[in-house]
Amino acid sequence: MANVAEANPVTNAGGPSWTRWLVVVVPYVWLILFFVAPFLIIFKISLSDYAQAMPPYRPLFEGVGAVGDFISQLDFENYIFLTSDSLYILSYLSSLRIAAISTLLLLLIGYPMALAMARAPTSIRPTLVMLVVLPFWTSFLIRVYAWIGILKPDGLLTLLLQTVGLMGPDQQVQIFRTDYAVFIGIVYSYLPFMVLPLYSALEKMDNSLLEAASDLGCPPWKAFWKITFPLSMPGVIAGAMICFIPITGEFVIPDLLGGADTLMIGKTLWTEFFGNRDWPLASAVAVILLIMLVVPIMIFQNQQKKVV
Amino acid sequence: MAKTLGPVKRKFSPWTDPNAVPFIRFENITKRFGDFVAVDNLTLDIYEKEFFSLLGPSGCGKTTLMRMLAGFEEPTEGRILLQGQDIRGVPPYRRPTNMMFQSYALFPHMTVEKNIAFGLEQDNMPKGEITARVQELLKLVKLEQFAKRKPNQLSGGQRQRVALARSLAKRPKVLLLDEPLGALDKKLREETQFELMDLQHTLGMTFLIVTHDQEEAMTVSDRIAVMDKGIIMQVATPAEIYEAPNSRYVADFIGDINIIEGKIAETASALGAPGTVRIESEGLSIAVDQECQAVKDDHVAFAVRPEKVRISLDAPADTSANAFYGEVWDIGYLGDFSLFIVRSEDGRFFRAAQANVSRLVDRPITFGDMVWLTWSRDAGLVLTR
Ligand SMILES: Nc1ncnc2c1ncn2[C@@H]1O[C@H](COP(=O)(O)OP(=O)(O)OP(=O)(O)O)[C@@H](O)[C@H]1O
Ligand SMILES: [Mg+2]
Repeated sequence: MANVAEANPVTNAGGPSWTRWLVVVVPYVWLILFFVAPFLIIFKISLSDYAQAMPPYRPLFEGVGAVGDFISQLDFENYIFLTSDSLYILSYLSSLRIAAISTLLLLLIGYPMALAMARAPTSIRPTLVMLVVLPFWTSFLIRVYAWIGILKPDGLLTLLLQTVGLMGPDQQVQIFRTDYAVFIGIVYSYLPFMVLPLYSALEKMDNSLLEAASDLGCPPWKAFWKITFPLSMPGVIAGAMICFIPITGEFVIPDLLGGADTLMIGKTLWTEFFGNRDWPLASAVAVILLIMLVVPIMIFQNQQKKVV
Repeated sequence: MAKTLGPVKRKFSPWTDPNAVPFIRFENITKRFGDFVAVDNLTLDIYEKEFFSLLGPSGCGKTTLMRMLAGFEEPTEGRILLQGQDIRGVPPYRRPTNMMFQSYALFPHMTVEKNIAFGLEQDNMPKGEITARVQELLKLVKLEQFAKRKPNQLSGGQRQRVALARSLAKRPKVLLLDEPLGALDKKLREETQFELMDLQHTLGMTFLIVTHDQEEAMTVSDRIAVMDKGIIMQVATPAEIYEAPNSRYVADFIGDINIIEGKIAETASALGAPGTVRIESEGLSIAVDQECQAVKDDHVAFAVRPEKVRISLDAPADTSANAFYGEVWDIGYLGDFSLFIVRSEDGRFFRAAQANVSRLVDRPITFGDMVWLTWSRDAGLVLTR
């Protein structure tokens, strides 16, 4: 490092070499400390056996002397068990389905919002961005709870529809504790995460491109599909990933708004950890979830690099 | 001032025909952005198949004028007629104009080929024809090897050529080119100028072009409009603009010129010969053969181009008028010409250009020599504006 800096003083312009070193290292330390280490711990637990003890698994690491013994007790039993019970597979599939539908809904609602924001006069754009992030000022949990008050059979929505006259006094809205309520909750909670990346992609776009398209005989609606949408693709992908990944593992929303038959892997995971106290099995569920989400993303990103 | 390329100018002057109907007509056009007046009550006629240039300093409203014709801006006042039809409210995608943007505005996610084909695809031209047309255009702008590249993989000049090809693709009735050749090297620029003129002749398009290169405007245009602050100062053929500018502004803006402020001392009648004036300017007496509206004691300017001024070490026979005596202050060697800057005793400067007819490096006239500058009575002109 020092040699390079001496040979080429220009590269040293950023400051002394240890500051650069720090800038590079800090994110990695962070990642190792808060992602890799916990993941390895969870992975180790997933290879262990359930035990009625504290902590509730065996074997425990008992010193360097017993390493051989320790490793020999680890196995993939829990993973094999996951495949044998359809509950887990169905939970995974159901989670993916709910996440996919929600992401699509988010795109359909978020895109027009982001587009309107990006086309708004420059002076009011910061205000619009503020409004989008405003819900974050209230706790996420409270906001989801508020939806219970709105969606429950004798809730605000029923009241509103009855007042307006769209619904008789003896009728009630029957969506609380169904998948519909889950979708409403998810779309509501994740909308800012979809709108912001879309907005930042659309805002960057040069308006003269649309003028050029129009000049060449392309009416506005067509120009949207030929110019605006393809150029906003990075925003679409970012938004979709930021939403899809956490939705797949979502626990709070299906738990509060969903019915007993709303299967989601987050709920299953919670039951395994805290209901059954089967930490090894729960860890296996978590590891599979992670692999399920990370591997496709990595493949996708690789593909993207090849295109560019 | 070498003008190497360019086809022989055709005989074409519809603007002199009182019955000719203009193809494009800007009628009392005013464009305001807030309080700022970008185009100020401008009227301009452009004829079919004309090659028309807009010349003017940065920010004088050239792009704004084009954008109004293309349909991206509506005039605040006045109307634009295209073939006699008011085109207010017609969206850009329905106007028979194509524009090459000053910023190029190439589609970054499409290849060069796709960019050029874009307009043709909008017209649902058959695939085979599109391919053929695109090939033809790529050849024209010399970018055949770059067909599959994206705009961000091209140099500035290459991008400019893609933008040019894209605007030409649909062979529009009216082509608007906003500084189309600025980023090209001299040789390529001259070749492209030639190609553009050729295209215009064969396809019969009407060209409206903005350029900062006066030589280019002179070479390609049928007529030139010189603009200043949203106003047209003069519209005329290149020769007229150069030889008979109508104002100090135009004279000064186009080419190199000596401008001398003075007062009319005698008008035609007093001098005996009709169409002659004599100007007095702090001891310098200037006689000009010119019909002139100005009367005695009017403040006017006399303008004469350096190449029309003779320089000599010997005094002329008649030093009473059109003779400037001074010291050679500076010499600019321009290759084909040498420009002499001569300073009089009272500190005034006058420029004379002399063709370098021989390869003599030791010029007979050099720094510090006392010289006489003379010019004939029809060399310069009186400017009242
Ligand atoms: N959308 C706009 N809002 C406000 N002012 C504008 C706008 N467009 C142009 N102007 C102003 O109008 C004037 C004319 O601009 P225009 O782009 O027509 O100049 P131009 O003659 O093309 O200059 P250049 O040779 O630098 O391209 C400029 O002073 C510019 O600042
Ligand atoms: Mg301009």
